[in-house]
Amino acid sequence: MTKSSLTAITKPVPEETHSCWSCGSMRAAHFCESCGKVQPPAPVDYFTFFGLPPKLNLSVPALEKEFYELSRKLHPDLNARAGSQEQEWSLEQSSLLNDAYRTLRDPIKRTQYLLRLEGVELEEQSKSATEQARATGEIKKQIVPPDLLEEVFELNMQLEELRMNKKMGEDDPALIEEIGKQKLELEAKYESLLEELKSFWTQWDAALDLNPAAGSSDDRTAIIGKMVDVLNRRNYIRNLVRDVNAVLES
Amino acid sequence: MNEERIVGIDLGTTNSLVAFMQGAVPVVIPGEDGLNLVPSVVALDENNQAIIGNVARKNLIETPERAVYSIKRLMGRGVEDVQDELRLFPFRLAEDLQPGEVLRITLGDKTFTPPEISALILRQLKRNAERFFGAPVTKAVITVPAYFNDAQRQATKDAGRIAGLEVLRLVNEPTAASLAYGLDEKQNGIVAVYDLGGGTFDISILKLHDGIFEVIATNGDTHLGGDDIDNLLITIALDDIRGDLSLDLRRNAEAVQAIRKAMIDAKITLSSQPSVNLNIELPQGKRYRREITREQYEQLIQPIIDRTVGPCKQALKDANLKPEQIDEVVLVGGSTRIPKVRALVKELFHREPHTDLNPDEVVALGAAVQANILGGGSEATENMLLLDVTPLSLGIEVAGGVTDKIILRNSTIPASATQFYTTQIDGQANVAIHVLQGERELAADCRSLARFDLKGIPPMAAGIPRVEVKFLIDANGILHVSAREQRSGKEAEIQVQPSYGLTDEQVEGMILDSFDNAEEDFRKRQVIEARNEAATILAALEKGKKSAAWGQLTTDEKKQIAKMEKALAAVNAEDDYQAIRKAIDALNQGTTRLAELMMDGAVSSALKGKNMDETDLGEGPTPPHPMAPPEFQ
Repeated sequence: MTKSSLTAITKPVPEETHSCWSCGSMRAAHFCESCGKVQPPAPVDYFTFFGLPPKLNLSVPALEKEFYELSRKLHPDLNARAGSQEQEWSLEQSSLLNDAYRTLRDPIKRTQYLLRLEGVELEEQSKSATEQARATGEIKKQIVPPDLLEEVFELNMQLEELRMNKKMGEDDPALIEEIGKQKLELEAKYESLLEELKSFWTQWDAALDLNPAAGSSDDRTAIIGKMVDVLNRRNYIRNLVRDVNAVLES
Repeated sequence: MNEERIVGIDLGTTNSLVAFMQGAVPVVIPGEDGLNLVPSVVALDENNQAIIGNVARKNLIETPERAVYSIKRLMGRGVEDVQDELRLFPFRLAEDLQPGEVLRITLGDKTFTPPEISALILRQLKRNAERFFGAPVTKAVITVPAYFNDAQRQATKDAGRIAGLEVLRLVNEPTAASLAYGLDEKQNGIVAVYDLGGGTFDISILKLHDGIFEVIATNGDTHLGGDDIDNLLITIALDDIRGDLSLDLRRNAEAVQAIRKAMIDAKITLSSQPSVNLNIELPQGKRYRREITREQYEQLIQPIIDRTVGPCKQALKDANLKPEQIDEVVLVGGSTRIPKVRALVKELFHREPHTDLNPDEVVALGAAVQANILGGGSEATENMLLLDVTPLSLGIEVAGGVTDKIILRNSTIPASATQFYTTQIDGQANVAIHVLQGERELAADCRSLARFDLKGIPPMAAGIPRVEVKFLIDANGILHVSAREQRSGKEAEIQVQPSYGLTDEQVEGMILDSFDNAEEDFRKRQVIEARNEAATILAALEKGKKSAAWGQLTTDEKKQIAKMEKALAAVNAEDDYQAIRKAIDALNQGTTRLAELMMDGAVSSALKGKNMDETDLGEGPTPPHPMAPPEFQ
């Protein structure tokens, strides 16, 4: 934990300019094409950072190539002899680069990020949110996807039975096998949801091509809704599998 | 003065090294004793002067209460998390230690924090480098275990500053090692680095791509290494001795250190021999005799080396890779010399590991490569770039004592995350934030990094302020925090209460060699060292004059020597170290024949049955030649 540099990081960013602060030539987005100097970071979203439209189908190998190329310009190791202001920009730019790459290369994180850009607050289904709800006594909203209702109900009954068995020290291999089978089915469903999500990506990208202007259209709102639904179902299944594992391993 | 050299330092649990790039090759800089490894042992002599390295090792046995080793184990840790160490290591914590205070270790009648002790080791390495270059050294890259947390990293950085070094970068040890390997073998692929050192274990998995070294996943245990094997063997020996010889030596620090030394030797022997015979002298004229076979030894250490399996599997899982997908495995750290460890690695990764580079030196060599990159690079390092990750997730405590992870482990650094905070009561001006590091769900199970107070939030109704807090992990793996209240645009003041570690002011007060005086300090020290060398050679010459060899010199030769001796004595009174060294060199040259004659005399008198002492070669700083030319040029 450094103490001295705490407030140093967020200095006001100089006004957006089209010429390099150092040599005056027209600059590229993150570093100057003429003199190579790192430029002050502009507050942009991750897609814009990579010069990409906010589309969900993207080539990860191309993204990786761009990531490596930008790293070779922006990384603090390669700017260690620059002035302190430039070093600071290098630190900020390269953390922005890393954050953007980490988010965009992962299909789920990329979708979540785009949804957040579109103003969607995703239902927190993370384990920490669950723990937090448990610790504070809040009742956490758990929307059971309708198509899973029956399955989940049965599975929960079986899990409860297994918990009791374990408490009593009884063994029921048939029950464990049955639960294991259901777990495999859930895991398969979990995987298939990614494919379903990808079909909505294509719809989203097409809608964007049709009407590139920002702002919502009915079309887009509907696609967003479908993607949110897939993500929620996916999270729900993930939590369920985690619960099953917890009981099986207990 | 030419461009300042940046050195690479491996500050190890057991041994430390300093290296630099000589042209296209990284090389280790030896100490005055000609040895590359500087044992990480610090002792105080009777005048409370610090002695470091090989010379301090005998103090460990003779005056154990004035010596300390394996201090790295205590870096960045609090009194409550070193209880295990205290049972196994003879660390003497200061008696007046207050809760929450940085640890202090007692050496004789003085106390030192772990960063101060590490700084003494660093200063020794700095001096070795300065002696080698003949110029001051103030900038360094220092390696740390990949799995070191924020506090341990900060403590290492503080140690550098105390030693008068600007730490340009902290590099993870396994990553540094991969840089050293990468210099020779420019290739693409997936590499696993298995680093089992004296006190720490790391596993890192990297993707090599046209000179970019991208760490994909890392894991480890910052308290697992050769030390643990030593302690196990010592415990067994002490139990044996108590049972068989009715001698309880557990409180006898001298005896424990003697046993420790014997056990380390036995451990090393067992890496190449099928068995070892222990025969250790004990107090009360007793002896501890025992044979340990390789088989017994391997059974004993199995549980220790098995502790590396979990982290390896986790790293593979995090990297989303199967063992078959690893192209190369590299071994780093002295403990990887143990055949059983090599067998384990082979089993884990389904391939024969690389051992081309000396596992004790490869980390320092890699640090030198990184130092070269930071210094602007050279032809050899032109395309090289290291992209490392943070080993532990960063989180903040939220309601109910739960950790909300905001930067996940294995994120490429620098990395950042932004969180928004608001107030709970009208006009509230402060918000408290608790920052944590670790993988556990509950805050209490994670490592507390610091508590922040966001201060000076403009008075507003509850829930209205929107304070943006930015957490940024820099390329050293160290956290920075900044905050801004968005509605007013006002920068919120942050007050940090580091949970473990020194404040800036404390570090300032501990600095051994101030940066401003680096040049002056360096000059003064050179004068002292040059005078010491002059004294040594003059003393050797006096002895030479009394030897039979002196009579074999011609009158002219004697005259020349006398002239040079006088010249040395004259400059020795001045403060010009370069002049002193020049005179030493001259005298050395002039006495080569005398030295040779003395050597011949020594050999022939030894043949006649006289021993070497009677012939008296004198005691030079670098045996066996009493007038060996100083390494310094």
